[in-house]
Amino acid sequence: MSFVLTINGRDHPVDASPETPLLYVLRDDLRLNGAKFGCGLGQCGACTVQVDGKAAYACLLPVAAAAGRRIRTVEGLGTAEAPSPLQKAFMVEQAAQCGYCIAGMIMRAQALLDATPRPTEAEIRAHMQPNLCRCGTHMRILRAIRRAAGLPVEAASA
Amino acid sequence: MSLGWKTPAPPAAALALALAACTGGARLPPPPPQTFSAAEIEKGAELAKLADCQGCHTADGGQAFAGGRPLKSPFGTIYTRNITPDPSTGLGRYSREAFVRALRRGVRFDGAELYPAMPYDHFAYADDADLGALYAYLMTRRPKDRPPTPNELIPPANIRGAVAIWKALFFHPGRFQPTPGQSAEFNRGAYLVQSLGHCGACHTPHNILDAEETKKPLQGGVQEGWYAPPLNALSPASVPWTPERVYRFLRTGFDRDHSAAAGPMGSVVRELARAPEPDVRALSVYLATLMQPASAAKGRAAPADHAAQAAAAQPAGAALYAGACAACHDAGAAMMREGRPPLQFATPPQEDRPTDVIQVILQGVQPATGPRGPYMPAFAGTLSDGQVAAIAAYVRARYSDRPPWKDLTSAVAKGRRQGGQG
Amino acid sequence: MSVGAPSRRDALAGGALVVAFSMTGHARAQEARGPQKTVPPALPGSLKTTPWLDAWIRVDVTGQITVFTGKAELGQGIKTALIQIAAEELDVPPQSLRLITADTGQTPNEGFTAGSHSMQDSGTAILNAAANVRMILGQAAARRLGVAADLLATTGEGRFKAPDGRLAGYGELAAGLSLHVEAQPNAPLRSRQGGKLMGQDYPRVDIPAKVTGGQAYVQDLRLPGMLHARVVRGPSFGTELTGPDFAAAQAMPGVVAVARNGRFAAVIAEREWTAVQALQRLQQAAWRRTAPPLPEGRPEAGLSGASQDQVIFDKPGGAGGAKTVKARYSRPWLMHAAVGPSCAVALLRNGQMTVWTHSQGVYPLRGALAQLLRMPPDKVRCIHVEGSGCYGHNGADDVAADAALAALAVPGRPVRMQWMREQEHGWEPLGCVQVGEAEASLDASGRIAHFRYEVWSHSHNGRPMTAGGLVAGAEVDPPFPPQVPRPIPMPEGGGDRNAIPIYAVPAGRVVSHFVRDAPLRASALRSLGAHLNIFAIECFMDELAKAAGADPVAFRLAHLDDPRARDVVSRCAEAFGWAARRPSDGRRGAGFAFARYKNLASYCAVALEVEVEHETGAVKVGRVTAAVDAGEAVNPNGLQNQIEGGIVQALSWAGLEAVGFDAAHRTSFDWSAYPIARFKDVPRSVAVQVIDRPGLPFLGAGEASQGPASAALANAVADACGARIRDLPLSPERVKGAIGV
Repeated sequence: MSFVLTINGRDHPVDASPETPLLYVLRDDLRLNGAKFGCGLGQCGACTVQVDGKAAYACLLPVAAAAGRRIRTVEGLGTAEAPSPLQKAFMVEQAAQCGYCIAGMIMRAQALLDATPRPTEAEIRAHMQPNLCRCGTHMRILRAIRRAAGLPVEAASA
Repeated sequence: MSLGWKTPAPPAAALALALAACTGGARLPPPPPQTFSAAEIEKGAELAKLADCQGCHTADGGQAFAGGRPLKSPFGTIYTRNITPDPSTGLGRYSREAFVRALRRGVRFDGAELYPAMPYDHFAYADDADLGALYAYLMTRRPKDRPPTPNELIPPANIRGAVAIWKALFFHPGRFQPTPGQSAEFNRGAYLVQSLGHCGACHTPHNILDAEETKKPLQGGVQEGWYAPPLNALSPASVPWTPERVYRFLRTGFDRDHSAAAGPMGSVVRELARAPEPDVRALSVYLATLMQPASAAKGRAAPADHAAQAAAAQPAGAALYAGACAACHDAGAAMMREGRPPLQFATPPQEDRPTDVIQVILQGVQPATGPRGPYMPAFAGTLSDGQVAAIAAYVRARYSDRPPWKDLTSAVAKGRRQGGQG
Repeated sequence: MSVGAPSRRDALAGGALVVAFSMTGHARAQEARGPQKTVPPALPGSLKTTPWLDAWIRVDVTGQITVFTGKAELGQGIKTALIQIAAEELDVPPQSLRLITADTGQTPNEGFTAGSHSMQDSGTAILNAAANVRMILGQAAARRLGVAADLLATTGEGRFKAPDGRLAGYGELAAGLSLHVEAQPNAPLRSRQGGKLMGQDYPRVDIPAKVTGGQAYVQDLRLPGMLHARVVRGPSFGTELTGPDFAAAQAMPGVVAVARNGRFAAVIAEREWTAVQALQRLQQAAWRRTAPPLPEGRPEAGLSGASQDQVIFDKPGGAGGAKTVKARYSRPWLMHAAVGPSCAVALLRNGQMTVWTHSQGVYPLRGALAQLLRMPPDKVRCIHVEGSGCYGHNGADDVAADAALAALAVPGRPVRMQWMREQEHGWEPLGCVQVGEAEASLDASGRIAHFRYEVWSHSHNGRPMTAGGLVAGAEVDPPFPPQVPRPIPMPEGGGDRNAIPIYAVPAGRVVSHFVRDAPLRASALRSLGAHLNIFAIECFMDELAKAAGADPVAFRLAHLDDPRARDVVSRCAEAFGWAARRPSDGRRGAGFAFARYKNLASYCAVALEVEVEHETGAVKVGRVTAAVDAGEAVNPNGLQNQIEGGIVQALSWAGLEAVGFDAAHRTSFDWSAYPIARFKDVPRSVAVQVIDRPGLPFLGAGEASQGPASAALANAVADACGARIRDLPLSPERVKGAIGV
């Protein structure tokens, strides 16, 4: 079946069976690398994108349910040459080890900052809870989010 | 069903009691912690688990028993109170007598009314000794100075005095009566269900003024947007509940012939997992006995799985299910070979109303007893009302033999509001 | 992969691919370097095994410099550090360098990227190779410009400058030279004269792509005509599906082939989602256990089997102190559990198999694959491309074999094979269960008089050296015999890594028990046996300090002679504010631990504070402070990142993790059955002090904080509430059980 996906402000016609999770369409049809396969079960957040402004697991969002909605991926924030403020904060904080989780982290954090520009420490941690990092980069990810939000980079008490 | 259920006291007597309570009472200073015996504290710790005091009296991320958790009701939001022994904001202001009175009669230390969000209509059935032990346990916790969060209630519920009228109408506690001829274990279970366990607070239908319909005990109720299914002959479970299965469910939040505890049941299980085994066994025996007629009626019919018919009847829902749900819930999924039950074994698709199927899709499931255990992601942020409705319709068609649910899309919208997923 | 190119966006699909295809047709001179040569040990690092300069550094006529390393980027920042080293010694801008990492077609054979060896081996080799190249180019420049070499200066842009201002570029100089010469051991090091780049927090070269959706991982590789595959297996290692319906899968639209060889099977499809669905269809089959039943009950049950015992430390005398303390510690089976399941791309074309892999050892993998595929090794090429988190021997090699076997079925078409989440959890090799038993006596002055330690462990080294070390090796027909696990000898050790106390003990004995037969699949997990041994010994040091009535830090210092060790301990304690810390109040407490990884690599101390929730036993970690001495710190921020990440990961191991299993299989099949730390679980803050030692050898640091962090946690819990928990993990149930009502 044909669908039109609105991704990062542009319409993309795609041809896929309606149940196909958005993740595979993004990666394989549209050649976008940001969203990653981590579990396919909505447990790790490596595939996180924004749908109508909210953080969503692309691995569990059928393309039929994604059509007609505003989809945003990490590629829509900025580029290596012109990164968005949040991407820039991740670079400044050197907030990656293997980095496999990072695009999903950025997209989930961006959804928080869009809704709550100056979140508390507890709000940041609660919001980021769905996304896993195995390298233990959490402290730097938190610093990057605080930096992008204009908060003191070191942790306040949660 | 009246197995061991309450024997109401005459309304007039209750009214008199309630009015008497309003006149206040002696504000005795609480005893110092060292006056409680270790055995009493330990007993109180066990009872606090059976009553899931923590579940309501602990805010997300807050200190245990320091209160502040929002409880939604038809009349707005009530924030639970600090029940640590803090002298200015917690139980430090309660003497033992005042504490027992609060649990029995719903009266605050200063004589003001307590909202019935506090299930004193159940605690009234508890033994004095049990309430005393609970007091000993709570008074030996670490005090936390945490002033109350103001409630957000609509008139007239925002006037505490109105509770007196509510009590006069609905609050007529009696004493617990054991059922003759039943085992001690059964009667222990009955006692716990009716008193500290306060199962009816969720599982009994509530009337328009949010009082339990005591004539329909444990026939299923709505709490915080979730439907707590009937725990008696009306149980819709597709596989009969046995004492062993109930025990497993209460202890772990999961039974492979049923499903996982979700919503408010999660915190109940978290506590029951650490409660004394004989008590949880007693609860299981009692509840399985209540549900036995439903199980007998069900016989040995295989749970439904009408995949082809459901796909034909609900093609949109089938496609969404295949992309959003099948990775866990369809044959061949990892979860399916790891003992997590296929959906025809779960109770929600069998229920008369779609409430739980909707809420579980919107809110997901968090493991009940710790980080490990059945989990489901929340779809509230990703699926529209219509999409959730389509999946719910497909699930009903595929996994039950019952008639389709009606007005699903508006039920999803309502579920979103009630579950705080607006 | 090229580094520092103007745009990285298409580096993978463009750069690597072009290189790859150009490599398959004709061999370069460097590729045919021949067998490794043994040279005098004077050469440092990996120059010992690969002494030729052009194996490490090449300069083309335009002056473009390419640096080669046999080590792989695992997210530890090795690429950045190596670029810093090479740029420093060559005195060129770091962004002008190209760096080629582990590729059997191009780079030296440096074995595995493991054991915190990359800086020691490859960093040291490139440091000295670059110094050699600069020396040789300088000599050539001296000849060309007619000036004495010591009057020439480098300009920082790849040229030499004479005192009169005349210039000679590296490219033109290299054109007249051969770098196919052996390195000299003592080429002067520019970095020793106060370099600019080493020691700086040079930004990681791989991060911009990773935060903007650039192509960064083998998972992102998209080759023309590429197919997608999934491997068909039972739920976990030691099981198989019984009669999966291959015909049904083959009949699904979009399925190209079902590749089968013996019990091995992979489904190959045009689209990835089709492959996933076909796999789920096949997994509807029942499964059975193919290996002996697993020992249910206590996780360490398997350790009671026959063992090879070795005394690894023996210092007689000293028995019979005033006070004796004895304790037993354990850790359960642990998982690597990378967030991204293992992945590889394989292509069979013109009789040549090329495999893009995130294996930690491209050369050993090539050997194992050649056996498995029954192809000559020179017809197999393994190219490292980054994967998701690598903390040891995970599924990377196995999935490379799966991809290659699948590619055999569709010659000419690249096959991208990725494991599913449950396959990674179920089939990856694990870090094994271990038990450590310590006993010591204290003399009248409260010093250790005698120290005995014994450790029981399975293997920590199941890395594939042969086809039998790959999952698929046991599935193909005929199957390859499984590799026989062997202990890793001291001084590095495997299960007994760090089993010898670093502390000054007048007498003692340490015995290592190697239990060869493991019920589950065991191999290398970050820090190997050092994790349990450091956990045990560092917890035990606290128990001894308590028995001696001494402060834990003071007790350690009283038994430490090595000034660098003392420095790390003191600096960590000072930064934490150990002396002025709040006394424990039954709820809050602080813990300390220290180790020198392998007793020969980095020194690391960790201090942390915890709060124990009495009602539930939940442990919350607050402030964490660490100090590390890794020798000369090439990139302090990168070093901090490694230590910090190791601490957070180790706290997850120590606080939460244990692989579950029943008689038939692993039951930890996904994140709900094997939870790891999430944001609410991680510490409030982690601060790492780097003690830089300019001019001293690089010491590996990637695994240095695992043991100390785990022990510091247990020590802090004991300090907070008196509950000494000796079995990992320190789960809320265990803590609650220990503290009571």
